[in-house]
Amino acid sequence: MNPISRSVKIDGVAKQAIEIGRNRLLVAGCLIALGFAAVGGRVIELSALRDHNEPNVASSSGTTLTTGRADILDRNGMLLATSLRTPSLYGDPKEILDADRAAQRLVTVLTDLNPAEVAAQLKTERRFVWLKRTLTPTEQFEVNNLGIPGLHFQDEWRRVYPQGPLTAHAIGYTNVDGMGLAGLEQAFDDVLRSGRDPLRLSLDLRVQHIVREELARQIISFEGIGGTGVVLDVDSGETIAMVSLPDFDPNGSGDIPDEAEFNRASLGVYEMGSTFKIFNTAMALEEGTTTLTGGYDATNPIKISRFTINDDHPKARWLSTPEIFMYSSNIGSVKMAMDAGTEAQKTFMGRIGFLGKLPLELPERGRPLWPGTWREINTMTIAFGHGISVSPMHLASGVATVVNGGIKQPITLLRTDAPGPGERVISEQTSHDMRRLMRLVVLGGTGRKSAAEGYLIGGKTGTAEKPGGRGGYKKKSLISSFVAAFPMNAPRYVVLIMVDEPKGQKHSHGYASGGWVAAPAVKRIVERAAPLLGVAAVDENAPEIRRELMIEVPSRGGKRNATF
Amino acid sequence: MSTIARTDTSVLGRWWWTVDRWTLGALFLLVLIGALLVMAASPPVAERINLDGLYFVRRQFMILPVALLVMVGVSLMTPVQVRRFSCLGLAVTLGLLLLVPLIGPEIKGAHRWIGIGGMTLQPSEFAKPFFAVASAWMFAEWRRDPEFPGHIVAIGLYLIVVALLLSQPDLGMTVVVSAIWFGQFFLAGMPLVLVFGLIGLGVSGLIGAYFLFPHVSSRIDRFLDPSSGDSYQVDRSLEAFMNGGLMGTGPGEGTVKAYLPDAHADFIFSVAGEEFGGIACLVIISIYAFIVLRGYARLLSEPSLFVLLAATGLLTQFALQALVHMGSAVNLMPAKGMTLPFLSYGGSSLIALGIAMGMALALTRRRSGAGEDLP
Repeated sequence: MNPISRSVKIDGVAKQAIEIGRNRLLVAGCLIALGFAAVGGRVIELSALRDHNEPNVASSSGTTLTTGRADILDRNGMLLATSLRTPSLYGDPKEILDADRAAQRLVTVLTDLNPAEVAAQLKTERRFVWLKRTLTPTEQFEVNNLGIPGLHFQDEWRRVYPQGPLTAHAIGYTNVDGMGLAGLEQAFDDVLRSGRDPLRLSLDLRVQHIVREELARQIISFEGIGGTGVVLDVDSGETIAMVSLPDFDPNGSGDIPDEAEFNRASLGVYEMGSTFKIFNTAMALEEGTTTLTGGYDATNPIKISRFTINDDHPKARWLSTPEIFMYSSNIGSVKMAMDAGTEAQKTFMGRIGFLGKLPLELPERGRPLWPGTWREINTMTIAFGHGISVSPMHLASGVATVVNGGIKQPITLLRTDAPGPGERVISEQTSHDMRRLMRLVVLGGTGRKSAAEGYLIGGKTGTAEKPGGRGGYKKKSLISSFVAAFPMNAPRYVVLIMVDEPKGQKHSHGYASGGWVAAPAVKRIVERAAPLLGVAAVDENAPEIRRELMIEVPSRGGKRNATF
Repeated sequence: MSTIARTDTSVLGRWWWTVDRWTLGALFLLVLIGALLVMAASPPVAERINLDGLYFVRRQFMILPVALLVMVGVSLMTPVQVRRFSCLGLAVTLGLLLLVPLIGPEIKGAHRWIGIGGMTLQPSEFAKPFFAVASAWMFAEWRRDPEFPGHIVAIGLYLIVVALLLSQPDLGMTVVVSAIWFGQFFLAGMPLVLVFGLIGLGVSGLIGAYFLFPHVSSRIDRFLDPSSGDSYQVDRSLEAFMNGGLMGTGPGEGTVKAYLPDAHADFIFSVAGEEFGGIACLVIISIYAFIVLRGYARLLSEPSLFVLLAATGLLTQFALQALVHMGSAVNLMPAKGMTLPFLSYGGSSLIALGIAMGMALALTRRRSGAGEDLP
């Protein structure tokens, strides 16, 4: 091949190659043009043809938007807890010109801050230091007025409890980040966080206030260390009022003392003493081992091993069942329990709910204490309320069951418009008997100071010695209580008042018993709260009411045979 | 309009009268739009990572003039100079690519960056244009002299570059480089049997990547079935276009930039869509299409196969990068983080683009007949 032909050939090949290149370039160009057209078409489709009224950037963005916790309301819609948007102050140390001077000026407005701490924080290398959370609008205004560069505000949700300490133990509280740490705030944390519907409680703020005031009055008057007051709706199991003193202000930022945070109503468990005779008597009547006309000899104390069971106000004679209940005879009660038997007692305590935690919504619920092996001696002490510890809410719930016709309704802190069918624990007849016996205590027994005219209160006092350190009991440390229901012809509400360690006073002639300490408070509570709860006072001597509550009190001692 | 006379025979004078001034203008327009968009999109991104709000804006404004100067400077070259420059550049960048896995820091699971004197450099960005020109030369030589095994060299080069890119791993870049190389081979007269064979190979390569790399498979799964996983970024991007409508919400009024981590780079088109609207997006698309298609059109009358192949490679790279970025933003293809040429923030990307488009301008300059047959 000569060089010329080779050159021509190469030339020809090159020409052909460039020709192919150009043709194929057209193909590539078309593809690229198509690509741009597709993107352009898609842009038009998205921007012009799609419905774009509402960008859902906010609702679907990954960052969780804080919308504030749901409110908590009482049964009538009164605000118990709400969330407010409040400014929080933070500093950007990088923008602070003179940390010491800024701190000095800041504390002139926010007087609770420590200037040295603030200055130290403002000297750090970070870009964000909290200086104070949740300021008031006035504080924000004053801080802004200082004109210190590098101080900024960030809005945060702050939980506010307009009623202060009034419902503190029921509602609980949250931390600064809006997480429920106690009470219903903790129990319903998820619901409150997500829900926009407020949480409706069964509490009635007005009754709550009355109970708190009357309880506090008795605690002060008898120098008690604390106390609790509960009002329950006997049919629905709704908690109308639940007070535990001392209490705390959930709005406060400081630490809450353990003593104040402790919920005596639901978390504390106590040996209730004589109020347990309600359940002892109900059990004995239900078992049929005791009748209203029967009775027991209470002449001599009962001796068992090293214990002696005696009566506080010994009558030293045969006592009928109503007398045993009315005079709160320990001897009679023990004999009643022994007739019914250990097994019957244990079963009864279980069915009425005293051997397990309450079905209440609160995280703060005490577990009852009861004997692991239920011996005869336990049966005897439990007959008058020792050797078993339950919470005051347990007690109130049990009384509601006894007086409402015998139906156990799970107690609740939420408003319940249609309660469930409940569970029958005792018969209608036993319930009726118990109502009459409890009425008797108020008419002629230890509960006379609770007699609120026209409201047909019935109840039972309890004065229990607190267990001492060495397995014995402290004579001077009492739990004095009165548990009542009203009106006794058709009970609507249970009221329980319990005062922890009341001391005998001059005005009480040295007594600190349930009849002296708690019964007067129940009387005043009923007098004040019944009209609000729609319970009207009636004529106590009306024939149909007398017939309903009439009870024979046989007395073999021959002194009298009364009818109430 | 010009103060440069046609008779001016200085380097600049000749450049001005031979360069494609329409394309040059379009490129400057893109740079202007890019400056505007970075100002709109980057402050929230900067603030989110605790930088001064205008941090990215300042950096971009420092780089932009440099990139433009590089582009104009490179476009002064003759085709032969472009070729030499590319071969040299390719050698250097391949060396850097070799070093990246050894000395480069790991960012988001990949080694792509290299630190040089306080600046970070992404060598793969620079490898792309140099590789396009070098392989164009090899293909052209192969066609000019069938006895010269240019295509074998080109294939070898391709395999080296792809191997280095996959080792980082940088799959997006691999796909772009493969597409350019394939396009050049195609234009250089690849037998049609081989064309379809290689298309098949490319598809199987992508399928292989789908099974080999978990992050690729999850991306593609999410594209095919948005409910299968987190399509957060794409959803925000689509919302941006819908929220913007045709007219946009106005500069600075957008919300998408607050939710997308790389709004100033990988999703700048979405920011444009939200704040400037669908019409502005069409204008941007048109500018890209104009630059690429006008370049192609000029090449149709190009007598030199090398120039044809090299310029096509460079323009196609430019076009593909724009298409992948925009296509991801409007969910026409699986989300792939790629910068939008001249509009996205990114130093390496800008300088590399300056070089690439400078070379494209240099190659598409009108030459007198004498220069037709390049040695």
